[in-house]
Amino acid sequence: MSGPSGTWQHAPGFWEGDRPRIVTSRFAHADSHTLERFLATDGYAGLRRALAMPAAEVHGEVRTATVLGRGGAGFPAGTKWGLAPEGVWPKYMVVNGDESEPGTYKDRLLMERDPHQLIEGCLIACYAAGLSQCFLYVRGEMALAQERIATALNEAYAAGYVGRNILGSRFSLDIVLHWGAGAYVVGEETALIESLEGNRGMPRLKPPYFPAAIGLYGQPTIVNNVETLANLPWIMRNGASAYTAIGTATSPGTRMVAVSGHVARPGVYEIVNGTTTFRDLIYGDEFCRGIRDGNTLKAFVPGGGSAPWFTPDQLDLPFEASRVGPAGSMLGSGAVMVMDHTTDIPRAALTLTRFYAHESCGKCTPCREGGTWLERILSRVVDGRGTMEDLDQLMEVGQSICPGDFPHASSSDLGLAAVPFPYKMTTICFVGPSAFVPVHSALTLFRSEFEERVSRRTRIPVRAVAP
Amino acid sequence: MTTVDAGSEAIPAPESDPNAVSVTINGRTVEAHKGEWIIAAADRAGEYIPRFCYHPRMNSVGMCRQCLVEVEGPRGPMMVVSCMTPVAEGQVVRTDTPQVKRAQEGMIELLLANHPLDCPVCDKGGECPLQDQAFSHGPGESRFVEEKRHYEKPIPISEIVYLDRERCILCDRCTRFADDVAGDALIQFTQRGNNTQVMTFPDEPFASYFSGNTVQICPVGALTAKPFRFKARPWDLEQRESTCTTCSVGCRTVVQSSRDEIVRVQGVDSDPVNWGWLCDRGRFDFQSVNSGDRVLVPLVRRDGALATATWADALDEVATHLRGAGASTAILGGARGTNEDAFMWGRLADALGCTMRDAQLDDGLPAEVLAMPQATIDEACSAATVVLVAPDLKEELPVLHLRLRDAAMKKRIRIIEISAVETALTALAWRSVRCEPGTQPEAVAELLTDAAVMTQLASGSTVVVAGRANLAESASHTMSAVESLLAAAPAASVLPVLRRANVRGALSLGLAPRDGRDAATILHDAAEGRIECLVLLGSDPLSDVPDADLARRALAGARFVVSIDAFLSPSAAHADVVLPAAVAGEKDGTTTNLEGRVTGTAQKVTAPGTARTDWMIAAELAEMLGHDFGVATLVDVRRAMESGAPGWGEATSRLANDVDGVVVRRAPAAAHPVRRTAPGARNSHEFRLVLARKLYDSAIATRTSPALASLAPGAGIAVHPLDLERIGAVAGEPVRVVAGERAVVLPVSVSARVPRGTALSPFNQPGADIRELVRGTGALDVSIEVP
Amino acid sequence: MARLNDDNVRLAIETIARYPRPRSAMIPLLHLAQEQDGHVTNEAMAHIADLVGATPAEVWGTASFYEMFKFEAVGKYVVNICGTMSCALMGADELIHHAEERLGVHVGGTTPDGLFTLERAECQAACTEAPCLQVNYRYRFRVSTESFDSLVDDLRAGRLDGEIPAHGTLATVRQQIPAGRGVGAVAPESVVSNPDWFDGKAAL
Ligand SMILES: Cc1cc2nc3c(=O)[nH]c(=O)nc-3n(C[C@H](O)[C@H](O)[C@H](O)COP(=O)(O)O)c2cc1C
Ligand code: SF4
Ligand code: FES
Repeated sequence: MSGPSGTWQHAPGFWEGDRPRIVTSRFAHADSHTLERFLATDGYAGLRRALAMPAAEVHGEVRTATVLGRGGAGFPAGTKWGLAPEGVWPKYMVVNGDESEPGTYKDRLLMERDPHQLIEGCLIACYAAGLSQCFLYVRGEMALAQERIATALNEAYAAGYVGRNILGSRFSLDIVLHWGAGAYVVGEETALIESLEGNRGMPRLKPPYFPAAIGLYGQPTIVNNVETLANLPWIMRNGASAYTAIGTATSPGTRMVAVSGHVARPGVYEIVNGTTTFRDLIYGDEFCRGIRDGNTLKAFVPGGGSAPWFTPDQLDLPFEASRVGPAGSMLGSGAVMVMDHTTDIPRAALTLTRFYAHESCGKCTPCREGGTWLERILSRVVDGRGTMEDLDQLMEVGQSICPGDFPHASSSDLGLAAVPFPYKMTTICFVGPSAFVPVHSALTLFRSEFEERVSRRTRIPVRAVAP
Repeated sequence: MTTVDAGSEAIPAPESDPNAVSVTINGRTVEAHKGEWIIAAADRAGEYIPRFCYHPRMNSVGMCRQCLVEVEGPRGPMMVVSCMTPVAEGQVVRTDTPQVKRAQEGMIELLLANHPLDCPVCDKGGECPLQDQAFSHGPGESRFVEEKRHYEKPIPISEIVYLDRERCILCDRCTRFADDVAGDALIQFTQRGNNTQVMTFPDEPFASYFSGNTVQICPVGALTAKPFRFKARPWDLEQRESTCTTCSVGCRTVVQSSRDEIVRVQGVDSDPVNWGWLCDRGRFDFQSVNSGDRVLVPLVRRDGALATATWADALDEVATHLRGAGASTAILGGARGTNEDAFMWGRLADALGCTMRDAQLDDGLPAEVLAMPQATIDEACSAATVVLVAPDLKEELPVLHLRLRDAAMKKRIRIIEISAVETALTALAWRSVRCEPGTQPEAVAELLTDAAVMTQLASGSTVVVAGRANLAESASHTMSAVESLLAAAPAASVLPVLRRANVRGALSLGLAPRDGRDAATILHDAAEGRIECLVLLGSDPLSDVPDADLARRALAGARFVVSIDAFLSPSAAHADVVLPAAVAGEKDGTTTNLEGRVTGTAQKVTAPGTARTDWMIAAELAEMLGHDFGVATLVDVRRAMESGAPGWGEATSRLANDVDGVVVRRAPAAAHPVRRTAPGARNSHEFRLVLARKLYDSAIATRTSPALASLAPGAGIAVHPLDLERIGAVAGEPVRVVAGERAVVLPVSVSARVPRGTALSPFNQPGADIRELVRGTGALDVSIEVP
Repeated sequence: MARLNDDNVRLAIETIARYPRPRSAMIPLLHLAQEQDGHVTNEAMAHIADLVGATPAEVWGTASFYEMFKFEAVGKYVVNICGTMSCALMGADELIHHAEERLGVHVGGTTPDGLFTLERAECQAACTEAPCLQVNYRYRFRVSTESFDSLVDDLRAGRLDGEIPAHGTLATVRQQIPAGRGVGAVAPESVVSNPDWFDGKAAL
């Protein structure tokens, strides 16, 4: 541990290499969060250009750029804005800064390190989509992000970038900083809206509650992720074609990916979308530089805790949804968690299953009851008190949450063919299935480890607390 | 709905749906309505889909996931919740595929995982949806071997309801009901995930007038009601459908008994009336039927004291006095009985030549309100505008309150309220006007100068909900206000707020005042010794007449008083003869609700002792007086009604197979023009009094129902916080409330719902009786002093 | 101390005004209550219910859903050690055991001196800096058993007072919308048309 609390820390290699930097361009500066630095580095120039255009043209530009949502679902932002019904007013923007998916670490950086860029992105989006008020929902546990955004907003209001008649134009918008109080499921957009309405953060059913049609206070509401919006200033400054020139046609631009776990140089990297492969990222010199201590790679989670696991067989897949889906997983929120050969797989799976069981909102039966049940069985197995029937029972409980074939990766070792993503589910949102994801992946790809644990009945000693 | 306009022919209901779509459920094509959920369409088609959280009268939440079905989609069959997926033309639904069955079994298994399975000691055992569906749609065995969730076993969450969180399956029905339907968000989901539990706020009980509904709709035994706990096993219950006669909404019920004792009343879903809901007073006051205080045999006053007597002797005594009194007989009451009771008493009165009759006790609006154009509950709930010149409906007609609340919440109606104090509907009103008691006509006149209001009234139908909001003022203010509203709003109609169950039936069937000789006049006449025989037909003037002094003098002044009652009420205790009466649940018949809907009431248990029905008593007395009506059975009475009471006769003969009843409308005989009594000038140091009813009061059926007895708030007087400060009183402490030379001492409380200069006091409560101050004037001003 | 004090009521009213519906301010107000008393009291919840027009049961239902609200006194420092995947892979369980031993309390417990409450937290969005922890929501990265011990020492000695406020205080900077600059809450019922800048013409 070094440096004062909250100070952004990172392996120094982060800004090495001459990759395109769309959202992290200011991160090399220690004062990247200040209005001064922001203005000195093209800050609010994108907004100025946007306001000089009719809103529909700005919307068109973003649509052309095809900014895929970075919150997990990968839905293009411009298209989403277009889903809000015309002639229903007011419409709202809710910015999803509730980042809590296991392994995911990018939105916090964007909020702490470049809050003005996010604010500028919000303004552009609200202008383009005709939204009347913007709520910036920051995860409750992120005190520094809240401070940085509050400071930035205060500066921006004072300087005329937010509020009435922005930049002297006819465009007026309030951005209200709101923050949560600790509940992963609130990251789900309808739960986010419930939470913002002062309710328990329990997801609503989609349909009928697609936020773009029926969202905050029953009004059309756009929910966008922090990183999604952070792309907009650059696009407005450089144009949609500059954006689509990076990456591939279906996955243009860059994206931020956090690589954690057993790599030599864990970190958050802005990579080129669609072309960068998992191998580049995990082994590349400008990125993670391989597995720690010269160990070998056992498995990795490609897109946040909810994503089915990959093994070295999938290393050459690029960050491209149309490739990763058929291979049995998803890109999710840009979080790669790497496990080397020393990893205790059942225990790793338990950590994730426990997370989702703990974070269930409790609204639907399969998730509330099934998630905890999975956790109980799994911890029994991990503790060396499990039976072979328990392993089948895990799959059976999973069937009640996700009936039918469950996606998984192919495995050359096991002679397994991939089952493509997504799965069927009996729940309202993805938390329920996510509790089963690690169980299913681990059991499918590493069943022998579970069997060994069961047959050896090894107990892991629980250490006593000192008197 | 069927409507019978008495005397004219029935209007057939138009029933063709322009929004019909056809869907295929399990291979069968069925008709459905656009926008309805699959599960509702399936229900009507006889395809049962298991469910826990879905309730047809509440917003769907789709959270138990029990009702999953497969719908054919562009990419093959999709699993959807049928309780929140609308039907669509050409939709193909399957509820019976292996995949659906697997999901249903899986869900039951998960629900049972943490369920205590204590069915043998659970009140719900035998009628438990979870038990039933575990049997019909469950996997048969549980593989859950873990330790179950543990919570403290049933904890009381109110005076009436117990909560067992271990049994709860978190379907959100009770919480949704409390929140969305009742508007009493006092129980909530708390905690999260696997620890989610229904709870109240610490030290704030689930004190809702509607709490019993949550017990009824709980799909497991998590919520139980004190009056039914361990009373009987559901399979031992016998039941009959009936109508609640606690108030004039006339909610449909099913009365359940075990070993000839009523043990439970549940709501039945009648679409035009109660939607399955009941208020707690209506649900639990059956307990009074079983009360040990019932009058079991006739009582006759001998040497100043009431002594038991035979029916023959008692009736003889009554007949003798009636014969002697003839036209100077007066009959008060009848609104608690059946239509048949009222009809027979009306005939007896006719035979006696008695013109002095009133089913009300100077505590409602004049019977003339029934001569105005009338509306149904449904018409009110679908009107463009509903004008309330009425008491707080939550206190008086609770389920009508729920219906209007629902319509207002769903923005189907706009409410304009004219009231002296804030009511439970104020927050939902489009306009709410505070007006000082007695100034309703002025308030209406002013309202009608508002262009927006006039536009609103012109935008569609208007229903005026009219009732006696203040028992300390003359009813005439409300009546003139209603008249101006009817004149101003085209095609407006009235939904009268009647307190007792069968006021409308009794007034329409022969117990309405003639020539303006209403209860107030009768009481004055009695007080002045001009009444020979006063018959109290299930009425208790000493408790219910607003002017307590008048009631006392009337009972003292009447030569001979007969009380036909189930209890020895304060008035009955003053009577010369008391005849024990059978009450609801002990007699078959029909009742007419506030909108004129005639529905059946059922005998479920035998009346205790020798209690008889009112109509039988009338028939026997008539015979003794030499008027043979030729009725020996209820069928005879109904036959007599066919000629004697157009509409009702026809209605009663159709009731057997109609849960929704039949609307019959007839204005009571000889409507009388309403005279306005001026409220009088007021002194600025005084408070104008509002004497209003609360749901729970000292009414005998409430007082003798143990579950409800403690719920009456008690006598008191509430003023605005600033007024409390002005008079220097302390909330909770006693104050002297003075009118002229009369005074009562009551505890004072504060309420921001009472405007400055107004004081609000509940009617007929245990404690000091504020009615001592009431003197049948236009309005009552009181001063409040700190002793 | 229980209900919100006058200063906090002022802040509460200011906060409520930013939202189209008062109830939306519920979570920020609960944080305010927690900042005032270190945890959320029943009286504060009842007060908040009044302020936002809800029942106390509704406030309790919402508040108890969220991890960060405490309803009983906790230590001056709530130490949240992350135990989710990335941190677990990097030794979070061992760190938690060490912390239990060092502080002498189990996870969920508070030290007898009322200084520390130890919790096992879920993913804190610092996965690349595993294992990590938060003290009153201020981060410490790549924590070793040694650095944990010195953190405890520093906190005990008051050396971090300037940097880590007592439990309850989140951001030390609040958003302030200057009177003349704010647009104000846009409530559904107050809007009858497009924003005037959304008229097909450029706003500038
Ligand atoms: C259980 C769950 C948790 C989620 N958590 C987050 C989150 O923390 N942050 C986020 O931006 N999106 C999260 N999402 C995705 C959001 O629902 C939503 O799709 C996203 O915020 C939309 O923004 P985008 O289109 O810009 O990606 C989550 C979704 C689910 C189902
Ligand atoms: S899947 Fe889990 S988290 Fe999602 S709505 Fe259902 S219970 Fe809540
Ligand atoms: S009945 Fe449909 S989800 Fe519960």
